[in-house]
Amino acid sequence: MPDLVLKGKAIKLGDNISTDDIIPGRFAHLRSNLPELAKHILEDAVPGFASKVKSDDFLIAGKNFGLGSSREHAPVVIKMSGVGAILAKSAARIFFRNAINQGLPVLLCDTDKIGDGDELEINLTGGMIANLTSGITLSCSKMPPIMSAILKEGGLIPYIQKHKGFVITS
Amino acid sequence: MGKTLAEKILSLKSHSEAKAGDVVIADVGLAFVQDTTGPLTIRQFKESGFEALAKPQQTIIFLDHAAPSPARQLSNDHILLRRFAEETGCRIYEVGEGICHQLVAEQFANPGDVILGSDSHTVTAGALGAFATGMGSSDVAVALALGKTWFRVPESLLIELNGVFPRGVYAKDLILYLIGQIGADGANYKALGFGGEALAQITMSQRLTIANMAVEAGAKVGLFPGDKITQDFLIEHGRGDNYKPLYPDAEANYEQVIPVNLGQLEPMLSLPHAVDNVHPVTQVKGVKIQQAFIGTCTNGRLEDLALAAEILKGKKRHPGTRLLIAPASRQVLIRAIEKGYIQSLIEAGAAILPPGCAACLGLHQGVLGDGEVCLSTANRNFKGRMGNPEAMVYLASPATAAASAIRGEITDPRELM
Repeated sequence: MPDLVLKGKAIKLGDNISTDDIIPGRFAHLRSNLPELAKHILEDAVPGFASKVKSDDFLIAGKNFGLGSSREHAPVVIKMSGVGAILAKSAARIFFRNAINQGLPVLLCDTDKIGDGDELEINLTGGMIANLTSGITLSCSKMPPIMSAILKEGGLIPYIQKHKGFVITS
Repeated sequence: MGKTLAEKILSLKSHSEAKAGDVVIADVGLAFVQDTTGPLTIRQFKESGFEALAKPQQTIIFLDHAAPSPARQLSNDHILLRRFAEETGCRIYEVGEGICHQLVAEQFANPGDVILGSDSHTVTAGALGAFATGMGSSDVAVALALGKTWFRVPESLLIELNGVFPRGVYAKDLILYLIGQIGADGANYKALGFGGEALAQITMSQRLTIANMAVEAGAKVGLFPGDKITQDFLIEHGRGDNYKPLYPDAEANYEQVIPVNLGQLEPMLSLPHAVDNVHPVTQVKGVKIQQAFIGTCTNGRLEDLALAAEILKGKKRHPGTRLLIAPASRQVLIRAIEKGYIQSLIEAGAAILPPGCAACLGLHQGVLGDGEVCLSTANRNFKGRMGNPEAMVYLASPATAAASAIRGEITDPRELM
């Protein structure tokens, strides 16, 4: 289960970062070797990203983060790189679901209020983000309860192992 | 209150009254993986402690993305997938049989089905009135074991199609135009529903092209009704008994209705590096291309090859432009040979690739060089999509691709028809 309060530094990205950007298709031969695959994270979109990203950093994106292919390798390599959460104005449907299924929080909020390098404190339970650098507090839009429950268990596989199926709570 | 197609299908398959915004658990009628997402799906399936498939005969593995394999690691992934098929008794489609979405359309999808694939273009089967959508490996792994998944019932946008396509304008131009209008996130989390009086003359091949690209506007599904055209397609493919009429209720609730007059469309192009960067071909004419690629789950069907062959017959590709053709399935290839299309294409200078995804996703069979430009009939042109971030990919109809291959530059197909 992810920590309820996460603290880390913002790495700003732009709009429309696709799953092809996150992990290009030409590395498909490395998909059964995740540590090697992860070395190529965001290689074309943000040169040098793999060496820049640090454990507990947050990815701060614009709109439609993760559009494109359904490859779950995209959130897998983001999580492997140590990123604690993704904050975006909006996230593409399949990526959003895949990230939550991997236990990687995706929070939707007005990311214009966050600058590159800002120190953030994220309260996952309350969906609140404190920008410790600017002093601004941001709230995030709520996800369906079933997604919160999957995230709380650390991803879909642990969720299913625990519940033996899907449980709908209203 | 009436129901949209999405609400109707999800009500039926969740045994509840599903309304947009509800979260439901639905029965999955068909679940499939392909060779670049399948290995992770199988690992997730095993890690979860699952051993048996809920519905082995409704579970399919397709070897289409890296087919035949260009690398030993991918060959080993194929071995893993073949072993899983042996262990579980699921179906497997081997190298050369075709693209998963085309085979699902030819052999499996029916109106009212729920179909899950670990590939974003699973939406293609929406052309047959199936609630078909792409998910990641974890979701598909769980669906393989439980035969169920959860959905948030999507709100729907109704695309109301009227008029008739002018000469030189096709389904691809329509869907590119629509994505250009609403944007790459214009239908995020939503369903696109296609209706209007023009539907009666939009063939199944064209519907598959349109539904295929619904995901490029962010949509969860792109749904056509089950009508006479669906019935004829199912009869032609030996499963006429599976037909049932399926229409949205007249009083269904749509978030937005977007009318499109087909008669006012013109040939369209999507420019690098975003699918919603759409412009009329007339504004981009003259850009030199080093490669033209006709194929994929978007435009690799018999009608597409017929169109390309008609334009290229008796002509030659430009000496500076390679022409690659990849039929979407073995059946498409066989029929294209019978009808003489393949002969015309080869005589025009085309290289024919095996049925499969081919050059679309940058693994093999047409990776671009630095600074090269490809005009492709595929559905994505993201930076690096065709294997090289220093290359440029434009998207267009098979007619525009064929005409451009002859001139060696982006060409309005109406000039050569």
